[in-house]
Amino acid sequence: MLEVKSISKDWKEFRLRELSFEVKNGEYFIILGPSGAGKTLLLEVIAGIFSPDEGRIFMNGADITELAPEERGLAYIPQNYALFPHMTVYSNISYGLKIRKVPKSEIDRKIREISDILGISHLLHRKPKTLSGGEQQRVAIARALVIEPELLLLDEPFANLDIQTRGKLIGEMKRWRKELGFTALHVTHSFEEAVSLGDRVGVMLNGQLIQTGTVRDVFSRPANEEVAKFLGFENIIEGIAEGRILKANGLEIELPEEAEGRVRAGLRPEDIILSLEPIKTSARNEFKAEVDAVEELGPLVRVRLKSEGVELRAFITRSSMLEMGIEKGKEVYVSFKASALHVF
Amino acid sequence: MRRDYTIYLFAALGSFLIVYIALPLAVIFTKQASDWGMLVRTLHDPLVLEALRNSLFTATATALIALLLGVPLGYVLARREFRGKSLIQAVVDVPIVIPHSVVGIMLLVTFSSAILDSYTGIIAAMLFVSAPFTINAARDGFLAVDERLEHVARTLGASQMKAFFTVSLPMALSSILSGAIMTWARAISEVGAILIVAYYPKTAQVLVMEYFNNYGLRSSRPISVILVVMSLTIFIMLRWLVGREANA
Repeated sequence: MLEVKSISKDWKEFRLRELSFEVKNGEYFIILGPSGAGKTLLLEVIAGIFSPDEGRIFMNGADITELAPEERGLAYIPQNYALFPHMTVYSNISYGLKIRKVPKSEIDRKIREISDILGISHLLHRKPKTLSGGEQQRVAIARALVIEPELLLLDEPFANLDIQTRGKLIGEMKRWRKELGFTALHVTHSFEEAVSLGDRVGVMLNGQLIQTGTVRDVFSRPANEEVAKFLGFENIIEGIAEGRILKANGLEIELPEEAEGRVRAGLRPEDIILSLEPIKTSARNEFKAEVDAVEELGPLVRVRLKSEGVELRAFITRSSMLEMGIEKGKEVYVSFKASALHVF
Repeated sequence: MRRDYTIYLFAALGSFLIVYIALPLAVIFTKQASDWGMLVRTLHDPLVLEALRNSLFTATATALIALLLGVPLGYVLARREFRGKSLIQAVVDVPIVIPHSVVGIMLLVTFSSAILDSYTGIIAAMLFVSAPFTINAARDGFLAVDERLEHVARTLGASQMKAFFTVSLPMALSSILSGAIMTWARAISEVGAILIVAYYPKTAQVLVMEYFNNYGLRSSRPISVILVVMSLTIFIMLRWLVGREANA
């Protein structure tokens, strides 16, 4: 669908350096990077607001690098949503349809349909400034999706929301995606959004795309120390949840809360306890694992483990390592509390 | 408890200017009220009526021309950075610092008989001194419109022109109209440049001067009062309309 080929661009204090990646049809692609990494600039280059200094952009094989924004067939939602303040919600959503000269009855039908799905039917007559942040965000999404764009560009769509609204909307976003089936390129600095929504992730640091891959790959095998540091060394366990049990490969892991379907759970390496024998503790999860690698990081040691095909990383001190005789190939028991798991 | 008097001091100092502006207005109205006959006679003077009509017509035409040419310029100044932009900005503000008699001379030297003693001449003089209000107001109005709104309009399928007319212009409109009203007000109060460029067709503001020179204060007062009433009424009405629009 979208193919970005070695894009470079300097603009004010931001820079993009030879970025290349691809967003596939129907995919939710997340670009994860700290603020100032150039994420917004990248979206603006793809949207056609700025032209790149170098590189090409393709949509479905056609070169769109020189096309005007309105000729690209994509919709852009900037971070502040940029709702038209002088129009009602209804007029905001109908904007793109009116420009396409869609008949009035058709516009009406489409708006009813999308506002039903997004839960904003009761807001259609209101002006944007009377809406809450979450409501504004829904309107922005409706306005973008109603024109059925090939690709939706989202710039930090959840950043301006309070924590509760954010959590709720991230959940809803998964549902909207299922119902409306759009392709999205979403940039964010939020680890949580990447893990919750992303099919694939690209990690962007200092204007460069350092690593792209599936969420699990990127999180479990950071390309370099910089990426690992940015991602916070989290273990991401992917599997199918049934109630309080998460089935990941051969493991059955107890979750702190009920969940259904495909979910990801995060676990901090420092929350994993290693022991040579099974131990009786309050930890609900204990598995046999094999040490895959040991990396010394000064006083701490990172131990890579494999248990029934699930990769885990744990931190222990150097002295524990020596005392327990941990080395590659050794069999140990890993345990962690269900409450240490974060379900995304 | 310690009271803070700064704001009262400032208000006291500032009120001097308010009184200074309001007092002559009040005085001229009161004086004229005691000389009702003269006012009625002036209102029946065909020369006066003709002059008032000329003033209204030329000031309105000036405001419209300023809108047509000033709004695009204001948009460019708000949206683009280019070499020599500060020079252009300075040129826009030049009319404010040039004495208006000099403006008249300059226009006459440049365009000579093309504008001498004609409606074109009056409008030319008015436009020169009053266009900056519309240009600057339009620029400020467009600056206040988040550029991202235009970007979003573009990605939703609007051409640059369409985005301008559906998003930027409606949002900047109240600021632009305020500027146009200022342009109109400045135009109808212009004398210096008009005196030199186009003494005829006679405008009310020139007629006031002529009556003062020929017949003295008492004869020029009624036209002054009529001119003030007319200008203020229209000015206040337009401001009110624009203000209501802006709050809607």
